[in-house]
Amino acid sequence: MTRLMLILSGIVLALGAGALVIGPANAPYWDSLSALFVDDGTPLTLVMREIRLPRAILALAIGASLGMAGAAMQGYLRNPLADPGLIGVSSSAALGAVLAIQTGLAAAFAFGLPLAALAGAVLGVLLVLALAGPRGASITLILAGIVVSALAGALTSLVLNLSPNPFAASEIVFWMMGSLADRSMDHVWLALPLIGLGLVLLATLARGLEALTLGEDAAQALGVNLTRLRLTLVVGTAAVVGASTAVAGTIGFVGLVVPHLLRPFVGARPGALLWASALGGAAMLLAADILVRVVLPTKDLKLGVVTALVGAPLFLHLIYKTRRQMA
Amino acid sequence: MTLLSVSGLTIHRRKRTILRDVSFSVGPGELIGLIGANGAGKTTLMRAVLGLLPAAGTSSLAALPQTARAQQAAWMPQAREVAWPVSVERLVALGRLPHLGTGQPIGTADRAAIESAIANMGLEPFRHRTATNLSGGELARVLIARTLAQDTPLVLADEPIAGLDPAHQIQTMRLFAGLAAAGRSAIVSIHDLGLAARHCTRLILLGEGRLVADGAPGDVLTPDNLTEHFNITAHFDRTAAGPIFQPLDVVRME
Repeated sequence: MTRLMLILSGIVLALGAGALVIGPANAPYWDSLSALFVDDGTPLTLVMREIRLPRAILALAIGASLGMAGAAMQGYLRNPLADPGLIGVSSSAALGAVLAIQTGLAAAFAFGLPLAALAGAVLGVLLVLALAGPRGASITLILAGIVVSALAGALTSLVLNLSPNPFAASEIVFWMMGSLADRSMDHVWLALPLIGLGLVLLATLARGLEALTLGEDAAQALGVNLTRLRLTLVVGTAAVVGASTAVAGTIGFVGLVVPHLLRPFVGARPGALLWASALGGAAMLLAADILVRVVLPTKDLKLGVVTALVGAPLFLHLIYKTRRQMA
Repeated sequence: MTLLSVSGLTIHRRKRTILRDVSFSVGPGELIGLIGANGAGKTTLMRAVLGLLPAAGTSSLAALPQTARAQQAAWMPQAREVAWPVSVERLVALGRLPHLGTGQPIGTADRAAIESAIANMGLEPFRHRTATNLSGGELARVLIARTLAQDTPLVLADEPIAGLDPAHQIQTMRLFAGLAAAGRSAIVSIHDLGLAARHCTRLILLGEGRLVADGAPGDVLTPDNLTEHFNITAHFDRTAAGPIFQPLDVVRME
């Protein structure tokens, strides 16, 4: 168990360092790293501190968020196909961002877009909680999530549909693909507190998720407060996914694939899977963000496109493996 | 000392009254068989007693805070749900959760409870197997072991022996009887009246939305009760080999 943690931490550290030294500036690796720590008066320090550092921090934090939220959601619903977007937070955050782009709020004010996305996430999660009711089975949460996702998705399409401005429409489409390019330290300060809070909330679920292995009834009889567990799950997921979507757009597949991939390495224990998926998610997003810069450096390849391109075949492979086990 | 006292418990679900005014108490050293036809409310009663269902009236267990309740009574639901392919050992260890603080690792006492539960259910050869790959009967034994590992004064089990082979049925009933002999108590819902008559110290019969009879097996399994609440006739005899109960025929239902 600790070995897995060391291996994953090592991978995350290596990829984090990679994310810091790889980029279009093409500076030597050691010069880049030293420029990060010592202000040598060259533009390299500026590149490192203002461009690459925020990008690496965001990849790490958002990857960890999506991984842990995915593991928590799968553990709670006892379904390996659940993903953090299930409760509708990412779609409602996206709707907020889309409205900000469409109305010009995003252009008028630097944080117009992320703040509007956060507002969308908050509204979405309040709606989900109201629909799902204060207590009740996990099925009501899924249904409420589907309703909110569908509604937010439909409204996003409506905005695109009625958009009189083709530039705004294309900006919306590109934003929705998800990216970490050109994010500043200000984006980090906006997202990090919420992500930190959400990760702490999600980490407290370990015990309850372990008990839920035996079903809701048995878990309750083992002293787990299911009402509180569900509220913590929804608020925690909303915080990490809302903040992530607000600064990076919608990035799919990380929350779905990473827990699935790591489950065999933690003996399928849903509690231990939480931190493992956080590290795994961070590694996957750092790797994807390096790929974006290496494969097509001049084309502004979008991060969400890469995670889906990598994630879908990986997931297919997992399905194929599961199918063989079933036979 | 009573381990559980239930009084005037009334349970409504979807505007129907499932059970009305059920009262009983459980002392130490009892193995109580909860019997009744399908739909008599056995599961409902046990869940309400545990506070998992809203009910009018009082149950001393339902009144406890959740952690204290989990240390007082273990619950084995009828649905044999295991969501993830965890090992048998891990699954049994889940029974120790109520005894562990947040983030506290499994200690010596926990280890001992887990080992004794594994040994008691004869699960030594299965220890490292994946729980979701076991047969139904094997899984039932693992879940019983999980309940035993919780090491509570009271155990409530919903049809624990359904799906077990005869040897394991007898062994499981003996195990519960052993708990009772050691001063703990168990309430098990059970359809096999023969095993109930042989192993239980007391039977509680539910029928027509109420508690019909509560007492020693011989006093509860009367021809009248069997005809009225199970629609059967049966042969019941006390022999040198212990009480023998064999259902014989179905009474014509009108």
